[in-house]
Amino acid sequence: MLSINELRASIEGKEILKGINLNIKPGEVHAIMGPNGSGKSTLASVLAGREEYEVTTGSVLFQGKNLLEMAAEERAAEGIFLAFQYPVEIPGVTTINFLKTAVNEIRKYRGESPLDAAQFLKMVREKAKLVSMNDSLLKRALNEGFSGGEKKRNEIFQMAVLEPKLAILDETDSGLDIDALRIVAEGVNSLRSPDRSAIVVTHYQRLLDYIVPDYVHVLYKGRIVKSGTKELAFELEEKGYDWIKAEVEAVS
Amino acid sequence: MSTETIDLKTKLVTDFYAKEAVMNGEASSAFHQKKRAALARFDQLGFPTPKNEEWKYSNVRDLISESYNFNAASSLEVADLEDLNIPEHVANILYFVNGHYSPELSNIVSSSDQITIDSLQNAYRNNPTLVNTYFDELVKDDTDAFTALNTAFAHDGLFIHIPDNQTVEHPVILRFVSDARTQNVGSQPRNIIAVGRNAHVKVAEAFRTLGPERSFTNVVTEIHMDKDSGVEYYKVQNESEKAYHVGTTQIRMLDNSQFYAGTVTLNGHFTRNNLNIIIDGEHCEAHMYGLYFPDGTQHVDNHTVADHRKPNSQSNELYKGILRDRAKGVFNGKIFVRPDAQKTNAFQSCKNIVLSTDATMYTKPQLEIFADDVKCSHGTTTGQIDEEALFYMRSRGISKPEAMSLLMFAFCADVVSQIKIDSIREYLEGVIAEKLTEK
Repeated sequence: MLSINELRASIEGKEILKGINLNIKPGEVHAIMGPNGSGKSTLASVLAGREEYEVTTGSVLFQGKNLLEMAAEERAAEGIFLAFQYPVEIPGVTTINFLKTAVNEIRKYRGESPLDAAQFLKMVREKAKLVSMNDSLLKRALNEGFSGGEKKRNEIFQMAVLEPKLAILDETDSGLDIDALRIVAEGVNSLRSPDRSAIVVTHYQRLLDYIVPDYVHVLYKGRIVKSGTKELAFELEEKGYDWIKAEVEAVS
Repeated sequence: MSTETIDLKTKLVTDFYAKEAVMNGEASSAFHQKKRAALARFDQLGFPTPKNEEWKYSNVRDLISESYNFNAASSLEVADLEDLNIPEHVANILYFVNGHYSPELSNIVSSSDQITIDSLQNAYRNNPTLVNTYFDELVKDDTDAFTALNTAFAHDGLFIHIPDNQTVEHPVILRFVSDARTQNVGSQPRNIIAVGRNAHVKVAEAFRTLGPERSFTNVVTEIHMDKDSGVEYYKVQNESEKAYHVGTTQIRMLDNSQFYAGTVTLNGHFTRNNLNIIIDGEHCEAHMYGLYFPDGTQHVDNHTVADHRKPNSQSNELYKGILRDRAKGVFNGKIFVRPDAQKTNAFQSCKNIVLSTDATMYTKPQLEIFADDVKCSHGTTTGQIDEEALFYMRSRGISKPEAMSLLMFAFCADVVSQIKIDSIREYLEGVIAEKLTEK
């Protein structure tokens, strides 16, 4: 589904990603962990198409297509979804209106006819239930005045509505209490299927108690320095990142 | 032609005296004497130059470089109006074509035995004393040359007189059409709105142009508000790429009155709006909202004044603009709080999105406060589209142009939602959405 080869990316002349290699098959959930500043969010941003980052070398194929040539909106239409670490507040645009525009723009891209108001509302209500999202939030301006938990829940709700092939969760657990974390994780799990994949970017292991990954990768100084199964996450939780840092320094 | 060497000012002054010479006894009327005084004022002031602080960023050199026919006849028919119409529910609609009232096109639905809604010319013919009570009273000391010019040449426009305790149920919509299909046309409408004690009315002025030639509109509206009265006043400008518009709306408010103004400039080559509110009563509320969308080489200038003269009143102002291409915008908001006006609340905000490096926005808040127990605030911002919001929307599959339109429409929403005449708000929502769609 996703194949990243020797990906290097920089921002304002500073190289952040220094040769990433990663392969994700349909249905797999990969966790990307690592200390602060290792490049986790940069990887998520580059995959979603944030234009401030410059990809210097390497390739990214998504379902056989060259992802790096696509604009952010095309990537979304192809089936990539980024759940933001800091969801943006947009005064004056209601969540419902925003999502309706998004759904129908994506349908247009795929050559499908737009959903009418009734079809759309029915679908949205079902998805809102899935993430225990209060209907009243839908009519409010997008994320405006939402609590941290409401914002993250709104991200997962949007994901449920857009049904992506590849979901990238960027530190979705940050700022959530344990109840909110569980609701968000349940939303993510309910979307798991053999043809959907996910990249879960997180600093802590606790999210992975709820969203159990197939693989865990440790990102450090712009490279994946260690890969394993979910046991690696437990090891990191127990021992921290210092032993990995030491391993890397010893080799180089 | 030798006339080309005569400048616009000289021509206008000469015209005035030529017309006066053939007037009969009317020349000695109080009404005409006011016009005479105004002409003298205009003659003395002359058209403003950028040396005049009030006109620093708005140069009228181009406007006065050509001549205009101020008496142009028009063959405008109902069929020509289709594109110019704002779809209407029930309203009093008065058409003015090249400044002249057109009874054939107009439709007054409010009952005339209680409320006077008529053209200024008809109203003056029927009751010169009543009209003269209000005419020029609010602007006679104005030092603006265009206002003086309008008074000198005032011949038609709207006259509304609402007796105490009356509410005009249906809005009054004025449609000023400049028919510039065959020649440069000029018009100087003069509107008078006199609202009695505890009386209420909604008025909208809509300006349109027809045809490829130049139009010059110089409009003045005087609004007299008695105690406990309420006025909602809207100005919608959707004129041509060759339209020059200068307008002054002057309001005087007495105790407990409430005034709402919405000024929306959709199109026009050169637009200058003066909105001057004298708050001459206690417990008054004055609200001013504005929106402008200049593109190409359009120029939009909004000058506003909230002059607090009595205690315990409030004024509230929000202007927003989106500028593209090589457009220029000007906002100058004055707040005066006179020594007697203790406990005044005055708020002012002007926010702009500048979409091109060649577009310019000049903002100047000006607060002069002579009382010590007041709450005043002002703020202006000029920026670009929020890149983070744009990326957020694109990451959900919304194309860049669509995301830009949504964000800009959202930016305008808190001003548009203030327009309480449904038909006008709905019309504006449609026109603005279209205007904000990336070309």
